[in-house]
Order: sequence, then structure tokens, then C-alpha cells
Amino acid sequence: MPKLAKNCIAGLALILVLVLSFPIAVLAQSEQAITGTLRVEINEERTPVAGVDISVVQGGEEVGVETTAEDGTFAVTVPGDGAYSVTLNTDSLPEGVTLQADATETLEVRVESGNNKAVIYRLVSGDQGETSAFSDQAGKVARLVSNGVRFGLIMAMCSIGLSLIFGTTQLVNFAHGELVTFGAVMALVLDNGTIPFLVAAALALALAAGFGAANDLVIWRPLRKRGTGLISMMVISIGLSILIRFVILWQVGGDRQAYSKYRIQEGIEIGPLSLTPRDLIAMAISIVVLVAVAYMINKTKFGKAMRAVADNRDLAESSGINVQQVILYVWVLGGLLAGLGGILLGLDQQVRWNMGFDLLLLIFAAVTLGGLGTAYGALVGSLVVGIFIELSTLVVAPELKSVGALMILIIILLVRPQGILGRAERVG
Amino acid sequence: MDILDIIGSALKAGLRPETAYISLAAIGLNIHFGYTGLLNFGQAGFMAVGAYGLAIPVFAFEASLWVGLACGITASVIFALLLGYPTLRLRADYLAIVTIAAAEIFRFIVRATGLREITGGSNGINGFSSGFYEANPYTSSVGFELGFLDFNYTAREAWVMTVGWGIVLTGIAFTYFAINSPWGRVLKSVREDEDAVRSLGKNAYSFKMQSLVIGGVFGAIGGMILALAQGSVQPSPVDLGPTRTFLAYAALIIGGTGKLWGPVAGSFIFISLLSFTDTFIRSAQAEGWIDESFIAPNEVGIARFVILGIALMLLMTFRPQGIFGSKREMALDV
Amino acid sequence: MSRSEAPAEIESKPGATKPDPILKVSGLVRQFGGLKAVDVEHLEIERNKITALIGPNGAGKTTFFNLITGFDQPNAGEWTYNGHPMKALGPHQMAKQGMVRTFQLTKSLSKLTVIENMKLGAANQVGESLGKALLPFTWKKQEAEIERRADALLDRFNMSHMRSEFAASLSGGQRKLLEMARALMAEPEIVMLDEPMAGVNPALTQELLGHVKELREEGRTIVFVEHDMDVVRDISDWVVVMAQGQIIAEGTHAEIGANQEVIDAYLGRHHDEEMSSDKAQESGTESFSQSEPDENSGLEKESNDE
Repeated sequence: MPKLAKNCIAGLALILVLVLSFPIAVLAQSEQAITGTLRVEINEERTPVAGVDISVVQGGEEVGVETTAEDGTFAVTVPGDGAYSVTLNTDSLPEGVTLQADATETLEVRVESGNNKAVIYRLVSGDQGETSAFSDQAGKVARLVSNGVRFGLIMAMCSIGLSLIFGTTQLVNFAHGELVTFGAVMALVLDNGTIPFLVAAALALALAAGFGAANDLVIWRPLRKRGTGLISMMVISIGLSILIRFVILWQVGGDRQAYSKYRIQEGIEIGPLSLTPRDLIAMAISIVVLVAVAYMINKTKFGKAMRAVADNRDLAESSGINVQQVILYVWVLGGLLAGLGGILLGLDQQVRWNMGFDLLLLIFAAVTLGGLGTAYGALVGSLVVGIFIELSTLVVAPELKSVGALMILIIILLVRPQGILGRAERVG
Repeated sequence: MDILDIIGSALKAGLRPETAYISLAAIGLNIHFGYTGLLNFGQAGFMAVGAYGLAIPVFAFEASLWVGLACGITASVIFALLLGYPTLRLRADYLAIVTIAAAEIFRFIVRATGLREITGGSNGINGFSSGFYEANPYTSSVGFELGFLDFNYTAREAWVMTVGWGIVLTGIAFTYFAINSPWGRVLKSVREDEDAVRSLGKNAYSFKMQSLVIGGVFGAIGGMILALAQGSVQPSPVDLGPTRTFLAYAALIIGGTGKLWGPVAGSFIFISLLSFTDTFIRSAQAEGWIDESFIAPNEVGIARFVILGIALMLLMTFRPQGIFGSKREMALDV
Repeated sequence: MSRSEAPAEIESKPGATKPDPILKVSGLVRQFGGLKAVDVEHLEIERNKITALIGPNGAGKTTFFNLITGFDQPNAGEWTYNGHPMKALGPHQMAKQGMVRTFQLTKSLSKLTVIENMKLGAANQVGESLGKALLPFTWKKQEAEIERRADALLDRFNMSHMRSEFAASLSGGQRKLLEMARALMAEPEIVMLDEPMAGVNPALTQELLGHVKELREEGRTIVFVEHDMDVVRDISDWVVVMAQGQIIAEGTHAEIGANQEVIDAYLGRHHDEEMSSDKAQESGTESFSQSEPDENSGLEKESNDE
């Protein structure tokens, strides 16, 4: 795409791509499809564009891929009503044809009431296309880094809880992703029009904190009392993860859903970047919260008690710290942070029943990179992973960006298993 | 609704190919977790590697199924070595994290649009199994009926079952001989205490690696049976995602970890149970006992995952030695 | 009945050279953060003798053991065993060469029977390679021989009646015995025992001490860690004293008993140490985290005393 955009001269010949809703219903009885026609105006003639890949994704899973025919048409069959995201693979566009500068390659659409859904992509003939603000490589890198930082900050909030829980209880909580989903979904459920979104979000956070506490009180504290081994606990956390995830699926369904507010916003241009007020506020909230958490860990009595428990539980216990209470508070904090992360993620990418589980993989990469059990490690690791996976899209397809996270994970285990900020373990 | 019919169909499902390939995955996990104490949370990844290893040579290179078989097994060995090398020297949880991540990553990669020529992208691969079904000796349905029990299977199913259960029995025999040998003694000792094993001059790392490879190969063969039974390989989360791994874990724990027949008994019981609830809910809906606003028809499939989650939690908490475990073992677990 | 068989020419000072050392350690350092847990300038262990390594809790004895048996990596230092450098080897390779250790918190294999525990100790069982494992005729004969040896050892340690019990059902003292017997299955040249007498009742202690002496009679070298000077008196040929990671004295038991530095560093607080350590031992199951509070409670004790 950049190579095409590079030789853009000032010019016009802008074009519309039109889309016809084909009455596919005639062909296939009950099948629904996302359809359209790709055309570009060259020399004032609207020419069909063939051989372009259009892929349709629902809930992170690809539904289908089709290539436009000789007449520029395509139809991707979908399983039924619901929200889909449609992506035009810009690499497959013929030489000299690009997306119009302000158009995006991915469109979020909703297929409803058994009908086909038509989508429109605006293409321009590259030679005469408008110069895009993001056309040069540096601009693209800057945009990816900003995306990475934004995502990394959100991920940091989710990671810190996991890391603190590991630090105080040695448990790798495979159900941590569900804490993230829980916060996002509660905000969605409460955001039903009767109360303002911000109130709904605040209530959801309270519920998320309570959910974290409930996790500890109902499951983990009794298991610790029983003397259940850590490996058994990890398997139990997997069971819990599956249980919560599918109960959420049952209750809210499998679609991506958006909050009522802040859905579409105009970007603010900052140098090569275009950030929506929503993005800026999300980043500001993340930074404020993370600074507050750092302050709490370092300066407050609770923070010191928590570090003491993480350092040596028996010693902490014998010096009068109520270890069980400290662990409970860590779970409350973990639930709260994960819930907030979930809501911010939901604002950014919409809410989905398995959003937290998908994030869990990246969280693992982040906390291992930073050092399991250290809060700063989780923060640093999250930012590095966030930026890395965004930048990796310069060389690999966006759908493969989490592969980079796994590579980070494996390389760090080979080179420095205790993570960047972790301490080497004492044997015996 | 006839409860006997539901029980009958559940028992029938318990012998289906699905149970055979879950058994194979669980036999692998038994070697990992039951005998060696390795926490492989990515058995579905091994299954996927096996399934794609089998299908890709046939689909993309027009090779025979035998080549596919060899490729699938070789690929799973390499997969195990790649995962084991960085993690087996570290604490148990690192292996769990890396395996679950690697299994998902493998699924993302084969789903990628850019690899459509080779892996079929999100559509997966079809039509590689014709060679397998051409060799089917059954020409009509096989089985018998006994009262409410109906064990009749289609010729196609019967063929997959013959091969699948045959491999399961081979796997059990292998496990029996391997575990009751000095080699198996070292594996069990690694599970109990790695440092003790090292202090007696045995390379615990090497034994863990062997265990990971062998259990992984069983997972891969399970994946191949899955691919053949369905006649297709799909990179879907239901087929080859993490829940598949944990279905095998639940089966193993029900039957008893570290017990020879644990994986098979557990798979039969668990798959039958899932089938029973599934049919039960559907019949209850048909009878109008369950309101559609509570469980919509398209939500019935969710029930098996809810049960899976609950089963894992309860078993691991209250009966980690499996439902057949003795009191003596209970005492040892404390 | 103090017995000192050490040749008279060995000097009673830290780092003394010995006529026939089996193990030579020099410049061994292990740091945890700012703390030097082990800082041993030079130490030689004489062949076919019983050497006791004593010192208060937290002196670095167990860490020193972990280092020379390959279970922990030093920050600096070298050591040789029979003249071979050992630093680059893993713990299992060291064990294969004849240096076998036991652990302070016993590592019996709970869900294996006593006889299986014993058989694991045997070296060079061909059936431990997977290829041969599946062909029982390749290893059955050797297995029978190993089992015969295991039974003989169990008999010698008065444990034959426990043969088919799970190791989990043994008492703490019996586990110590089992671990020692299992180590002997590997036919070691040097046996390193980490607090073999801790948590063992007095009757069994005498038995254990008897077994340790027999090992010397068989021509083996024994190094054992102990914090209780009284236990050491009966059986050790040579005593090495550690405090704060360093070796502060070496000599026969009588010489050590008269050494003012040792008395200052160690014997004065000896009684308290013993109690705190025993308590930790009783509550300690095999969990890995519990080896730390032991050392910490020791440190705490020290500060309380001051």
C-alpha cells in the first residue's frame, strides 16, 4: 500500500465504488451474504476491479474469504444475523489502485433480519489519488507505535492483577481473562439507556472488584485451606475460565457489541497521528491508574504488606501480617484493574464474550517478559508486547500479529527466564 | 421424552470416533501429566499439528495418506522439541503457558489468508480422506440392537471406529509396557521429585523431553483420527482450540490420572455424559419443560462447555485421583 | 569416645591441604542479592574419611552442598572431584561420576513403593532407555540383580518389612534411612548427606550413625552437614566449621571444641539453634518453599539473641 501511495501526485479522478445488493436470495434459499462490487474510475470510466481478496471475520474467527470476480462483484456467505468485520486485503489490489485516503480497509457491519448486507469500498486510481497523511513509512510507524502504546497501557492494567496474584499466591490464574471480559460485559449490560454510560461503567467497576473478591473467597481461599497443590489449582483455574466464558456467551450471545456512547468520533490530528478523544482519554485514564497503583505498591501500608507476602509468605505471617486479607485485597485490585482494562478495550474494539481469553495469551507474554510476579515487569512487558505486535504488522499480515507475542515469550524464556525485571530464583 | 432412549443414544455416542480421538489425546496427556507431571495445556495444538500434517501433503502436494501420516508424526515431534527446549528446565507453569499459547498460535497461522493455497485458510481442508474411505471393508451399517440400546453405526463410522479404537488399544499396550519398565519408573519419579532423580544420576530434563514427545505424538494421532472422522480439518476453536485440550483433561481426570485405562474410561464416561445432557436439554425443550428464553435452541451446544468447566473444577478439588480412585490414594494425595 | 583418625600432619586451619583429597574446592562464591551466602576460599575433603560440615543455621552449609553437587550455580569458583573439574557438569552427571547426595528435606518419591524407590537408585539400568524399555527381555535379568541388591540394602537398614509400602506412609526418620539406602544403590564413591539426623528420633539416630560408619568401612568418603556438635563428636574424623558463608575453622572434633572463634561464632547459641531447627523440620513437608523459613527462623534467632 505505501509503495502505491508513494507516487501519488496531486490530482483528482476520484471515484466511487458502487455496490449493488445482489438478490442472492434467488440463488440460495436461506443463505445470507455480505456482498458488493469493486469499481474504480479510470479516465472517467468506471472499471470493475477483479482479483481482490475480501475477508469476513466474526468474533475473531474468519467466516470466509472471497475474491472479486471479473465484474468486480463478491459475495461472502455468512452463517446468519450478527456483527461482522469485513476487510479488504489492500495487498491484493492491482497496481495503481488504492483505497481512498480517508477510507479504512476494515468495515464493521451488521447483517440483519435474514437479508444480505451490502458494503462499499471507495477506491481511487493511485496515479491521481490524493496524498494521504499517513502515506509515508515514518507516519505509519508512528501510528503503529501510538496504537501499541494505547493497547499496551490497557493490557498493563489487565497484566498487573495477574502478576500480583501470582506474586502473592504463586497461582498462574488462567481465568484472569474472564475478569477482563466480566468488567466489559457488566458495563454493556448496565449501559441500557436508563443510566448514563459513565455511571454504568462505574457500577461495572464496582462489580468487577466484587467479582475478584468473590473469586478469592469462594474458590481460592478454601482451596488454599484444603492444601490443594498449585498444579491442581492451575487446572481448576482453567475450569473456571471455561465456565465463566461460556456462561457469558450464553447470557450475552456471540456477537461483538458496542457501548451506546463514544462509538464514532472524529480524530484529532497530532502530527502524523490521528487519535480520537476516546483514545486520548483512555490513555490518560490508564496512565493515571497505573501511577496510582505504583504509588500504592510503594508507599502505602497495603503495598508494603503485599510485597512482604510476595517475598516470603511465612515470614510475613509470623511478623503479624494478615496474609489471607492481603491476598483478598490483591484479588479486589486485580478484578478492578482487569475490569477497567476490559471496559477500555470494549470502547476500543467492542465487547465480545471471549475478548479476555484472547487477551490472556498476550498477557502471558507480557508478564513473562517483564518477570512473573513483579508489577513493574507487567507494565514494561505490556508496553513492549503492545508496541511489538503493532510494529510486526509492517512485515506480517495483521491477523498474525499475536504470533510475535509468542516469539517474545519463547525467546525470553531461553535468554532470561526470570524476565527483564524479575529476580533469579533461589534453589533449595 | 423417553429417558431410556436418551441413555441409549448417550452410550452409543460414547463409542463413536469422537471418544476414540479424545481417548488418544488423553492417553498422551496421561503420559505427560499422569506419569511425568508435565502440564501440557496445548494438546489441541498437537492434535492440530497431526491433523494438518496428515491433510496438507494430500491437499497441497497430492501425496498419499501414508506420506501425510509420516509428516504429521514428524511435525508433532518437532513441535514437542520446540516447546520443550525452552520450558522443561523451568518451573511447571511455564510449560503450561507456552503450550497453550503455541497451540493457539498454530491455529492462527494455519487460518491465515496468505496460506490458503496450503492450509485452506479459514475454510480448512476437505477431500484428503478419500483414500482412507476407499479402503473401508464395511459396505453397510454395522452393529446390533438390544432393547433400548442401539449400537448401529454407519459403514463410514464403523471404519473410523475400527481404526481409531485399534490405535487406542495399541496406545494402551504401549503405555503398559513403557510405564512398567525402568524407563517408566524414572518418569514417575520425575513426577514425584525431579531433584531426587537428578541426585541419582539421571537426566530428568531428557526424560521430560521424551515424555513430552511421546505424549505429543499420541495427541497428533488423535488429531489425525479427528481429521479422518470428520473428513475435514477446520481451524475452528471448537475442533482444535483450547477447549479441546481441556475436554481431554477432564476425561483423563475422571478416569484417573496415572492409571492405565483412565484415559479411555474417562473419555467414554465424559462423552456419554455430554451427549446425554445435550439430548436431554433438546428433548426437554421439545416437551416445553425448558423455556426458550432460558436456553434458546442455538444455545444448547454451550451446555457441554459449562459442564466441562464445572467438571474440571469439582474433580480437581474433590476427586483428583479420579472417580475410581481408592481411599488409600485419597490419603496419599493429602 | 572421641575418635580422631586424621593424620597428624594435617594442619588445623581453614583451607588446610590434605594428603589424598577426593574433592578440592577453591574460590567458591554464591551471592543472593548483596548477601554472600557462600564464600569459600579453599577446602579439601580427604578420601575415605567422615567429614562433618557444621555451623549455625544460615551459615551457608546447604547452599555450599547445592553448589558442589550442581543443584545451584556459583558466581565464581572452581572445584575438582578426583582431579576432574566439575563446574560445567549438571547434577546428574556429577552423580554418575560417583558423587551422590541426599537432601535436608527428604525427597522420597511418595507415590512409589519403598522397593521402587530403591531400584531407581541403581545406575546403568539399560531399561531406562526407551528403546530397550519396550523389550523386557533386555533388562529383566539386570532388574532382578538390582532388586536383589535393593533387598540386601533394605535388610541392612532394617526396612525389609516396609518393602511394598508407599514411601508416603513412612515416618520422617524412615524416609531419611530410605534416602540414604537409595543413594547407596548408585554405588557412590562419595556420599554427601544433608542433615541426615535432623528430625530423627534418638533411637534411630544411633542406627543412622552406625550406617554412616559402615560406609567408611566399605571404602567410601562421607561428607555430612550437621548443626549439632554432639552428633558430630561420635563419628567424624574431621570437622569443618562454616559461619556466614565462610570456613572459619577445620580440625579434629577436640581441636574444634577448643577453638575460641568457633565457640564465639557458634557454640554459644548452639542450644537455641537446635530447637528452632527441629521445629522447622517437624512442620516441614517436602514443599520447596519451606526450606527458606528454616534459614530465616535461624537468622531471626540470631538477631533475637543479640
